[in-house]
Amino acid sequence: MIKRMKLLMVVSVALGSCVLLSELGQRRAHLRGNTMMLSATAQQSPRPESRQVRSESGNLVVQLCDGRTQLEIVGMRAGEVLPPGKAREVARQMMAMYTEQQAKQASKWTQRDRVMWEREQKRMIDEGYRLFHDWQALGGTIGISCDMCHPDGADTHPETYPKFQTQLKNVVTLREMINWCIENPMKGKPLPCDDPKMIALEAYITSQRKGVSLDPGKH
Amino acid sequence: MRLLKWKKREQQYRQARTELFAAIKQLDRRSFLQIASLTAAVATAKTVLPPHAFQLVDVVRAETEEKPLFRFAYIADTHLYERTLNERFVRAALKAVEDVNALRPQPDFVLFGGDLAQLGQAKELELGKQILSELKAPVKMVAGEHDWYLDLGQKWQELFGPPTYSFDHKGVHFVALMSVNEKDFWTERKMTPMERMRTVAQLDSPIQSRFEVGDAGRQWLKQDLARVSIDTPIIILTHAPLYKYYRPWNFWIEDAEQVQELLFPYKSVTVIHAHTHQMITHRIKNIHFHGMLATSWPWPYAPEGLPRLTVKMNRPDPFDELDGLGDGAVEVYTTGYVDKHYNLWRRDPITVARAYLESWGREAIPPAPEFPSY
Repeated sequence: MIKRMKLLMVVSVALGSCVLLSELGQRRAHLRGNTMMLSATAQQSPRPESRQVRSESGNLVVQLCDGRTQLEIVGMRAGEVLPPGKAREVARQMMAMYTEQQAKQASKWTQRDRVMWEREQKRMIDEGYRLFHDWQALGGTIGISCDMCHPDGADTHPETYPKFQTQLKNVVTLREMINWCIENPMKGKPLPCDDPKMIALEAYITSQRKGVSLDPGKH
Repeated sequence: MRLLKWKKREQQYRQARTELFAAIKQLDRRSFLQIASLTAAVATAKTVLPPHAFQLVDVVRAETEEKPLFRFAYIADTHLYERTLNERFVRAALKAVEDVNALRPQPDFVLFGGDLAQLGQAKELELGKQILSELKAPVKMVAGEHDWYLDLGQKWQELFGPPTYSFDHKGVHFVALMSVNEKDFWTERKMTPMERMRTVAQLDSPIQSRFEVGDAGRQWLKQDLARVSIDTPIIILTHAPLYKYYRPWNFWIEDAEQVQELLFPYKSVTVIHAHTHQMITHRIKNIHFHGMLATSWPWPYAPEGLPRLTVKMNRPDPFDELDGLGDGAVEVYTTGYVDKHYNLWRRDPITVARAYLESWGREAIPPAPEFPSY
């Protein structure tokens, strides 16, 4: 029991001094482009990887331990040592950049989520573009595709739906109108409203009118 | 008392009636024509007479009392598929032929404005030739990009001859000008002929090149016009608009300024173009530009770049496959400038008079749409 406690004490002191030393050596390490850092908190969360960052022009790039915050020093080449005054200025600037990030609230969503949202949206829009321009893919039978009357989605006015359409005798949404076009000018079979093709078409058509205010009922 | 009042009224009425009939006998020709045309309009209002051959007396023309030198009709942008695939475009093209054949008197010739075929296939072009051969008047052909880019114009030239040529008619010099040349975008992408054609057929394709008359075309035009005196009216028949309207849809030619430079020295130049599938009017200096209606489908107006002089047509009803479409005629006057008739199939016909362009839009303004594009 006592042996174990002694062992624990030794280990913790050793660790603590490691931390202290590394914190002291932080700045120097940074100046030398070494981004390895041990801190109390870092022990619990996974260590960010050390990546030697290079700029295209060969300038010196200083990076913080978060693996993200970087500063390219124009006028210094990679591998060079910053003079003390310049080093202090760089450190001050990087600290300010880091602090600014910390001023934001903790978010549930990460950069990874952002990337996924954009990627999935783009995938749907691209699929919609393909169906919009290819009558065979959409099930048309007489060689007419959406883009013939609506180049770049022009004249579709998704922002005006739901609205009353005389020949449909009802107030309808964009999807009903898309289905009307598929059935009539294109002579194809209408899609179920939750069909991925329908969603893709809607994604493309609305993306072409991004930013236009809603005006349902406008004729 | 009452009897007296009644008699007075009766007398007044008889007097007024006598005066009216006397006045009618004294009407000058202008006022008579106005009344006649108004009566005719009321009588035939909303009566759809197939084909649309009824020509209302043009009040504008009655005022000036000038008769046109001659008239030619036009049909454009039929975009024919083979009958087995698509009958709709064939029916529309036949309707246009019927309209033109019903004109009295017959026009001097019929201009075909380009895009006879949809995908440039031999069967489509031959079907088009067959349909146009039903026309009684002689036909002048202009090539569009849909006719050209499957085989780079081989079949077109076999059927209709060279895409650029000129002729003189009743003192006017006509030039049929090939304006849908494109720089090679297909070789580096290793496209098959049909892939190339489909790319060009897609109006909003970012891959195809922009239209141009090109160095050779401009050189030809320069040489051709060198033989023409400055006072001779010139009419250019072409597919693409010879000005810059909207680049992403090739409502545009890259060398527009250079082509216009060749035309500026002449007293009167009119360009009749197709490709835009809409009513469109423009003027640059001495050049009047008029677009032709399509028979196949209408294009929307472009988001930007629409010429100021254009009075838009009513937004076509998507539930009506003939709305926003039609054919028409061009009346040429002694000045060389023209009155452009748009024979819309589902609306009242519209005339864009030469007075409208000559006055830069101040006079003879065509009627405004109730539901414009937005």
